[in-house]
Amino acid sequence: MRAPMIEGLGAPANVRLLGQRLLTTTRWRRLSTRLLLVYLPMAALALVYTAPLIWLVGSSVKPESQVFEYPPNFIPRSFVWANYPDALVQFPFIVTGLNTLTIVAGVMVGRLLTASLAAYGFARLRFPGRDALFILVLTTLMIPYHVILIPQYLIFRDLGWLNTLKPLIVPAWFGGGAFFIFLLRQFFMTIPREYDDAARIDGCGFIQVWWHIVMPMSLPALGAVAIFTFMGEWNDFLAPLIYLNTPDKQTLAIAVEQWRRSSVHTGYNHQWNHIMAVATVVTLPPLLVFFFAQRHFIQGVVISGIKG
Amino acid sequence: MSVDVAWSNRPWWRSKLRRQEVLAGYFTILPWILGFLIFVAGPILFSFYLSFSEYDILKPPKLIGLDNYHEMFEDRLFWQSLRVTTIYAAGAVPLAVVVGYLLALMLNQKVGGLSFWRTAFYVPAIVPVLAVSYLFAWIFNPDIGLVNGLLRQVGVEGPPWFASRQWVLPTFMIMELWAAGGGMVLYLAALQGVPSSLYDAAKVDGANAWRRFWHVTLPMTTPVIFFQFLIGLIASFQLFTGPFLVTQGGPANASLFYVLYLYRNGWKYFNMGYASALAWVLVVIILVFTLLSFRVARRVVYYESEEP
Repeated sequence: MRAPMIEGLGAPANVRLLGQRLLTTTRWRRLSTRLLLVYLPMAALALVYTAPLIWLVGSSVKPESQVFEYPPNFIPRSFVWANYPDALVQFPFIVTGLNTLTIVAGVMVGRLLTASLAAYGFARLRFPGRDALFILVLTTLMIPYHVILIPQYLIFRDLGWLNTLKPLIVPAWFGGGAFFIFLLRQFFMTIPREYDDAARIDGCGFIQVWWHIVMPMSLPALGAVAIFTFMGEWNDFLAPLIYLNTPDKQTLAIAVEQWRRSSVHTGYNHQWNHIMAVATVVTLPPLLVFFFAQRHFIQGVVISGIKG
Repeated sequence: MSVDVAWSNRPWWRSKLRRQEVLAGYFTILPWILGFLIFVAGPILFSFYLSFSEYDILKPPKLIGLDNYHEMFEDRLFWQSLRVTTIYAAGAVPLAVVVGYLLALMLNQKVGGLSFWRTAFYVPAIVPVLAVSYLFAWIFNPDIGLVNGLLRQVGVEGPPWFASRQWVLPTFMIMELWAAGGGMVLYLAALQGVPSSLYDAAKVDGANAWRRFWHVTLPMTTPVIFFQFLIGLIASFQLFTGPFLVTQGGPANASLFYVLYLYRNGWKYFNMGYASALAWVLVVIILVFTLLSFRVARRVVYYESEEP
């Protein structure tokens, strides 16, 4: 299609030169068709995709008078940053935000430790029943969360853990979920065994090999697990909704939703600028994670096949 | 490791090293095994038992045989939730796959500033469900929403979107399409992984752009497409948060998604027995979908490692 193609055919140098010059003349035409067929539709689509986001952030700093302006304005004519504090003081933002972060951290540490440990065992160590157990791990991937939700709820109720963060954190310390074991095992399999052997000869035990060799060499995969844990827990809604009742224990998402519902009743309904300010605050952490770890993020998405 | 081969006829307990390895192996998967027994296997069995019982959380569960499943047959709302979820999945999943794939194809045209475009399409996919729900609830509000506002400017009276029984599911599908950039990243990675030698060979054989796509690009990326299709299908059947936040199943149960109905039975009416039966039907549905998909995949999906 382009010059390399002719090179690839092994044409002599003078012919290649001629070919390249010919292609340069047609390149102008190609560029303009590309502009029309590729860049223009792409820019239009990108506009459609980013418009809601601009609307979200734009509305969050609009004064109330501009929120329902007609025709609609994407960029506010004056910026009211006070919308943010005004909205955030209407519900326990700090406490519930810290609760969400506690859950994120608790799940992340538990999952990184126990899922990687199991993945190491499945990838590296030989013990009777290993392959059968690994198939069992994969089978559990197909079980919908909702079928174990009710009995889990009853277990935690009997333990007296309702309205605590424990039901949301503790299960992650028991293997961290089949999907993550699978993901890490696949990654561990790509690390050459020679490293393990060298460490073993130097006197490392099997568990030390996991901690000193396999873990440090798997930072990209562990990063992917950390990122998806963050996104998953930040977005989680059903489980916190079921387990947490009082405002001091709730997660940010639940508290925000309760605030929005109650403000519907008290006539705050039409303060869409406040709602958008809160929605922007909720969107910010995942967005920051994305922008600071973009390369790992995309890589993680691709390794795991999850969309984020 | 040649040493292992020599040892392989000896039972593992005869060698100290192998004994250590086996012990370490079980140690690594111990957390997962415990978690599996306590949080998965146990709950599944108990949920199966509950699905044949009447249980309101206060009195102990009472076995009632198949009554829950009988009741389901006559439950108008059960059929409605099944209908809603099926229609949504049948629309949203193929649409999201097609749009995501088209976006990826577009970005794969060796465009300049790839990471800029990729970010523009991908960022909506990482906006938390909570924010997306509030944003779309407003944008698609028939009276005060942005979309109908813009339509009005060109003289068109837009549909009532979330507020009408006919439009509510298509509107949820649009909401899903906004996140199609998530799939796009995966398809793009797959497209970039297609070896260029295949394209060169096709060009030498005189294949035009369309035939190159149909005979090289598409077959080489079917595994990713298939995987996304299956994951999307399973996720649609478990959809909860969006509908819970935007419509609560309304208007007139036109967006009563399956898990929303399950949640209502379990935690609004405290019909834990009936909710368990609903969960088990969901298990069967997901199992059937998974098996069916793999059956279809055997004919449609091309795996490079296989001989044709």
